Amino acid sequence: MKKDIILAGVGGQGILSIATVIGEAALQEGLYLKQAEVHGMSQRGGDVQSNLRLSSEPIMSDLIAKGGADLIISLEPMEALRYTEYLKPDGWIVSSCIPFLNIPNYPELEEVLARIKAHKNHVLLDVESLAKEAGAPAQAANMVLLGAAIPMLGIDHDKMVAGVARVFARKGEQIVNSNLAAVEAGYAFSIR
Amino acid sequence: MKHLLLGDEAIAQGAIDAGLSGVYAYPGTPSTEITEYIQGFVKATGDPSAISCRWATNEKTAMEAALGMSYMGKRALVCMKHVGMNVCADAFMNAAITGVNGGLIVVAADDPSMHSSQNEQDSRFYAKFAMIPCLEPSNQQEAYDMMQYGFALSERLKTPILLRVTTRMAHSRAVVETTDKSQPQNTMSTPADVNHFILLPAFAKRNYAELVAAQSSFLEESDRAGYNRYVRGTKPEKAIVTTGIGYNYLMENYDASMGCSILKITQYPLPKALIDKMVADGAKEILVIEEGQPVVEEMLRGMIPSDIAIHGRLTGTLPRMGELSPDCLRPALGLNALPTKEKETIVVGRPPALCQGCGHRDMYAALNEVAREYPNPRIFGDIGCYTLGALSPFHAIHACVEMGASVTMAKGAADAGQHPAIAVIGDSTFTHSGMTGLLDCVNANANVVVLISDNLTTGMTGGQDSAGTGRLEQICYGVGVPQEHVRVVVPLPKNMEEIKQVLREEIDYPGTSVVIARRECIQTLKRHLKAAKK
Repeated sequence: MKKDIILAGVGGQGILSIATVIGEAALQEGLYLKQAEVHGMSQRGGDVQSNLRLSSEPIMSDLIAKGGADLIISLEPMEALRYTEYLKPDGWIVSSCIPFLNIPNYPELEEVLARIKAHKNHVLLDVESLAKEAGAPAQAANMVLLGAAIPMLGIDHDKMVAGVARVFARKGEQIVNSNLAAVEAGYAFSIR
Repeated sequence: MKHLLLGDEAIAQGAIDAGLSGVYAYPGTPSTEITEYIQGFVKATGDPSAISCRWATNEKTAMEAALGMSYMGKRALVCMKHVGMNVCADAFMNAAITGVNGGLIVVAADDPSMHSSQNEQDSRFYAKFAMIPCLEPSNQQEAYDMMQYGFALSERLKTPILLRVTTRMAHSRAVVETTDKSQPQNTMSTPADVNHFILLPAFAKRNYAELVAAQSSFLEESDRAGYNRYVRGTKPEKAIVTTGIGYNYLMENYDASMGCSILKITQYPLPKALIDKMVADGAKEILVIEEGQPVVEEMLRGMIPSDIAIHGRLTGTLPRMGELSPDCLRPALGLNALPTKEKETIVVGRPPALCQGCGHRDMYAALNEVAREYPNPRIFGDIGCYTLGALSPFHAIHACVEMGASVTMAKGAADAGQHPAIAVIGDSTFTHSGMTGLLDCVNANANVVVLISDNLTTGMTGGQDSAGTGRLEQICYGVGVPQEHVRVVVPLPKNMEEIKQVLREEIDYPGTSVVIARRECIQTLKRHLKAAKK
């Protein structure tokens, strides 16, 4: 088993929580893991990404090569497109369709979404509405996205869900349940 | 025990398990998490004196305090980003001359590709400059293990050790196996020969001669320590020398059929015996893969016969600048690029920006309006979140070089005849390196305005304590700025007219004045409000 994942978004959106949950589940599975993050200046509303590598064999590089990623998971549609040259030809894009508008020259949204849809393997979803419908707060939108990516992760649905429960356990039952509902909403959308 | 740790955290845990007594640091990406991890550890013990771990005012005070801890026989760690090495260089270079009593490790976290820095200087030059051993771990486990090893090595060889990491090592997580049993801290002891720490020329000459003589033992350690490893290939006429995380990028792409001899370097000085062996095995062509500047590539040229070709960053085989990546190595290894998707041309840049509601924004809004009232204003910026004032929408600053330069560059510009000459500096940067420059201004009564944008924290690196919080006015008075020319304003939109008026008055005052724009960083404010609710 080997999965190379690029997590993308805008600073403050919560891509690192997605990485934390996948990491937790991967460690329970006994997988090797490397996760390179971006700290410092680029966190201030700029584009951020994290390289997450999972494998049943030891992993050497902390970074994913161009053309090496199995999957891009992005909380923002244009940010998903920023890393397409890292994607394998048959790689997946799982992205929120809600733009994060903090720059004056954001491209035409329809065109951005069309570019994502041009990739054969994609899941494009409104993580915020799905979170709301599931009765989860807006902060759980990233867990909707994680849920949508589960079928491509190579880790069982049940084991991912258990990972979510463990990561949020110290925040209390209510937070655990709303995050689980968010994950399930994303998962249901993805396998539909 | 197994833990998922950042490289920085592995270093911190390794130091704790090696019996660390004090960590001394000024925040700087990508080194900050080392000290934060140790602070978290100390907090969890419930004993604030378990390990000395307060942030230092700058890297020089950090290095000196660590040397003092080492002088008393205890193990000390100094952490900084690469450019911090320039700030502490005086103390660092001379610590190589004094040598150590308790183990002393200096961690320099380099930032090739300048993710969050103004240059990509390579700290390995400093180890060579100071003639001390340097460790460069290739993964998080090695980083952890090397702390125990490094402290022991430091005490055995009586020398400080430089441990160099780069961004992708510092800020990448992996599983690290740690010990269940931390080593106890050293008991206090004074140096056997106190003259070693008194660098009068007579003693310094003796110490330096000892340091020169010790080079052979440093070399011996490099050759036999086991962190440096040479593996003869099936086609040994081709050899690859890698350092630090360069090894990982090589192995990511390496295929046993390539047959190259591989020399993995994680400890300096360069292991001469292993290099000689590589040459004796018939190496005719050597590829050097190193993260950072071409340090090894240059040094190798003086160590091997001149008919052996060396390829690397200097020859253009690898990119001359920036960090390495698994894909940039492929052409150098004779591999094609992996098949990939096209880059999307629709994507535009999303530069970082000041947070909504940040006090720096209101400070710049007022400053820009006032500056426009003068024909040729010059505003000298400094290092911190407020450097983002250079970008849209403010375009407010005309220079930003290094910590503290705003104050003294404004002075130099004023000396040259510039008016208005305005410095913009954050509170933490001001106490780091700005206040000495302010004394220069006062002594010359330079016609400058120093605008301290005080958000009560070290914001850029995530909100660490700032050394002068609550005392900035007193510091300015103490340096000699007249009390009536140390003005305090609150950067909020409703105070815009008042701030502009204060700025005008101080710009028009023909001497050194300070305006402090004080409002808490909204990130730390959010955190404080959240903590208060619990």
